[in-house]
Amino acid sequence: MPLSGAKRWLIVGIALAVLASLGSGYMNRYYLGIANDVGIAIILATSLNLINGHTGQFSLGHAGFMAVGGYFAAWLSLKIGASFSPQTAKAMFPLSLLAGGLFAALIGLLVGVPSLRLKGDYLAIVTLGFGEIIRVVAQNTEAVGAASGLKGIPQYTTLGWTFGLAAVTVYCVTSIVNSTYGRGFLAVHDDEIAAESSGISTTRYKVVAFVTGAFFAGVAGGLYAHHKQFLSPTGFDWIKSIEIVVMVILGGMGRTVGVIAAAILLTLLPEFLREFSEYRMIIYALMIIFLMLLRPGGLFVFKTKRRPTA
Amino acid sequence: MDFQQIIQQLINGLGLGSIYALIALGYTMVYGVLRFINFAHSDVLMLGAFSAFYLAPLVQKMVGPESIMGGILVFVLSAAICACIGMLIEFLAYRPLRKRPKLTVLITAIGVSLFIEYTGQHAAVFGSATRAFPKILPEHQIHLGKLMLNSNDIIVPTVTIVLLAAMWFIVQKTRIGTAMRAVSFNQQAASLMGVPVNRIISFTFGLGSALAAIAGILYSIKAPGIEPLMGVQPGLRAFIAAVVGGIGNLPGAVLGGLLIGVVETFAGGIPGLSNYRDAIAFGILILILLFKPAGLLGRATIEKV
Amino acid sequence: MSAPLLELDKVTIRFGGLTAVSELTTSVGEGELVGLIGPNGAGKTTAFNLITGVYRPTSGSIQFAGKSTFGIKPSKLASVGIARTFQNIRLFGSLSVLDNIRVAKQLHSGEGYLSALWRGKGFKQNESTIEKESLELLKIFNLAKFRDEMATSLPYGDQRRLEIVRALATKPKLLLLDEPAAGMNPSEKDDLMHLIRSIKERFNLAVLLVEHDMKVVMGICQKIAVLEYGRKIAEGTPKEIQCHPKVIEAYLGAAATPIEPAHA
Repeated sequence: MPLSGAKRWLIVGIALAVLASLGSGYMNRYYLGIANDVGIAIILATSLNLINGHTGQFSLGHAGFMAVGGYFAAWLSLKIGASFSPQTAKAMFPLSLLAGGLFAALIGLLVGVPSLRLKGDYLAIVTLGFGEIIRVVAQNTEAVGAASGLKGIPQYTTLGWTFGLAAVTVYCVTSIVNSTYGRGFLAVHDDEIAAESSGISTTRYKVVAFVTGAFFAGVAGGLYAHHKQFLSPTGFDWIKSIEIVVMVILGGMGRTVGVIAAAILLTLLPEFLREFSEYRMIIYALMIIFLMLLRPGGLFVFKTKRRPTA
Repeated sequence: MDFQQIIQQLINGLGLGSIYALIALGYTMVYGVLRFINFAHSDVLMLGAFSAFYLAPLVQKMVGPESIMGGILVFVLSAAICACIGMLIEFLAYRPLRKRPKLTVLITAIGVSLFIEYTGQHAAVFGSATRAFPKILPEHQIHLGKLMLNSNDIIVPTVTIVLLAAMWFIVQKTRIGTAMRAVSFNQQAASLMGVPVNRIISFTFGLGSALAAIAGILYSIKAPGIEPLMGVQPGLRAFIAAVVGGIGNLPGAVLGGLLIGVVETFAGGIPGLSNYRDAIAFGILILILLFKPAGLLGRATIEKV
Repeated sequence: MSAPLLELDKVTIRFGGLTAVSELTTSVGEGELVGLIGPNGAGKTTAFNLITGVYRPTSGSIQFAGKSTFGIKPSKLASVGIARTFQNIRLFGSLSVLDNIRVAKQLHSGEGYLSALWRGKGFKQNESTIEKESLELLKIFNLAKFRDEMATSLPYGDQRRLEIVRALATKPKLLLLDEPAAGMNPSEKDDLMHLIRSIKERFNLAVLLVEHDMKVVMGICQKIAVLEYGRKIAEGTPKEIQCHPKVIEAYLGAAATPIEPAHA
């Protein structure tokens, strides 16, 4: 069913984000930081959900695309900042984000075309490999600070940008999937051979999902860069990719609402555990294990039947 | 690079490669019977190294320092401990998921891996600092013409070859090996034929983990020190080696391990490339999978329609 | 007579040492209903996979509407008019009955990524047309009442028929049916025969049918080709095939009694 009024939701989402942004001056810096983390996590998880959940292509390289977008956007901002006034530079922020996203999408295309011929575990390993290669390249590129990282990125990211773009991401992914064209992604997920024989070019769909996912991961990377003001290659290793994958799986693979909820939960959880800082990551790991043992279909999935809509 | 250096590098590469091969065998055997990648394997390797770290002083008190006998004892005991740990992991974390999608098991394995790593880093366990690994084998320098060899350069490949031969024997010539191959071929049919599938899987984990423990010790002998995350990098490379060779294929794992060990060692000696060491194994993997999607020795399966 | 719609010329495929289909030459004319029979493992489904582009022939050529299909992907062949069903039903398990049809409709819908994103007027019109057409197709097969059920929750026979609807939704010129009567009871089989005949007329299709049930094959096919061990051992009208000594031998061993028009 086409969501009538999908655009209305999008506008409501962006409006709320802008409102939140205006009110953010009253927020404690710590909470503000976490709120931005949550918005970025939503973008990452929703975009990976298109690849892993809807299209069923297990990618372990999402952090790599995030890195590409983040570094590129940050590098642009620093270049622009060096030659324009601060106001102009700040106004160019959306362009940096867009450029970061597009560059990540381009890399996504270059990575996706050869590797999406592989399936299952093999695809997972190769995407993991590409993610690591991207990280190592960043580590050796002087222009982006190499191993010591990229410092002094201007802080342009606001709640309005993160949640506004999170709303855009959710809108885009659900809109694409909730259409006759987009049902093809689910068909590829279910049965590639049947999809091919029904006239669905599986390669094309996979690449489109991959490139779209990479684009939004790149945008999320840009937001992250202008939020933390510092980028280090080690922040984008494969453990980061796995964190995003865990959000998608706990959210119930292909269920947008569940994935958003999982993204929020898994971002907040380490903060809740801050009191037990010593045991924090141990608890996090145990939680993954127990959730997989007890709720393998997703945290919020109570019926066995898979809902077709996103 | 002159000829002598090339030989030296080749020896180093084969030494490193044979350690990768040992670890890769564990990945590939588990994949053979359960069809999933046991991410926690690299942490068993670390546990093997730490077992030896704590065992070595005890053993040396009993049999004297740096004796061959003591060395062997440390290897055997560590392997036994890790075999138990491997079987325990399988029993607690993977067995309840036997009927679930592979993805669930994969994520659980990642969870187990993170759990071991973070627990190990806790101050009350191993702590996150790097510690010097004790000498558990006597060391000698051997001069072969102009070549300078450390006795470890010989011990490592020798141990590997012996273990590989043992593996081949177990898998191809023993009853339990036949059962392993049966489980790998078709789990359901194997259980209908009276193969105790759970016990075979457990055994496979034990065997793979014992190999990982030995590989962990061999790796630590040459490494500057040991710490709870030490398994990650060799684990990742070994796992790539298993895939490059054709996952599920034992000779493939060995071939892949040697290939990656040698290429990595040579690349490490080239100034421009040495910074990209971490990426090289993946580069090899991607190149090979693009041309041989099932790995070097893996057989392409034709999907039945 | 003009050139046939589908033409196989000495098509051979080997998997390792096994020759699954060997020098198969046959053709399907426009609007013709051809049966492909043979014992289990004779290479019937492999022939389907060759025609639909799932496998590439080792040698020989396949022409569809006068053009070689070599190296063309199944999805591309679907767009020029080859559709199929599968022996072991392959419906889209996470899609509803209606969506299983809609997804096949996208082939000729002209809809794409950007229009799905923009969701403009044209898009909405297009979506409702597709939905209407899909429902009409489902109605023919009496499946419209299940529109929002999950496809794989339908009874077996309905799933088989849903697969046929999905194939029809791609607007094929040639429909390949792989054992459509498998698992059906006699009255369902009668319905199926009727259905195949009627869709052939209604959609102006050529049909290539793999089937084990002799009653169905003999009852509706104009021409039958018989495969054994990957080779064609006979071809002709149902009558000719029924008394063909090689066919009888293939099915019943050397004993020379004619085939009963019953389950083989």
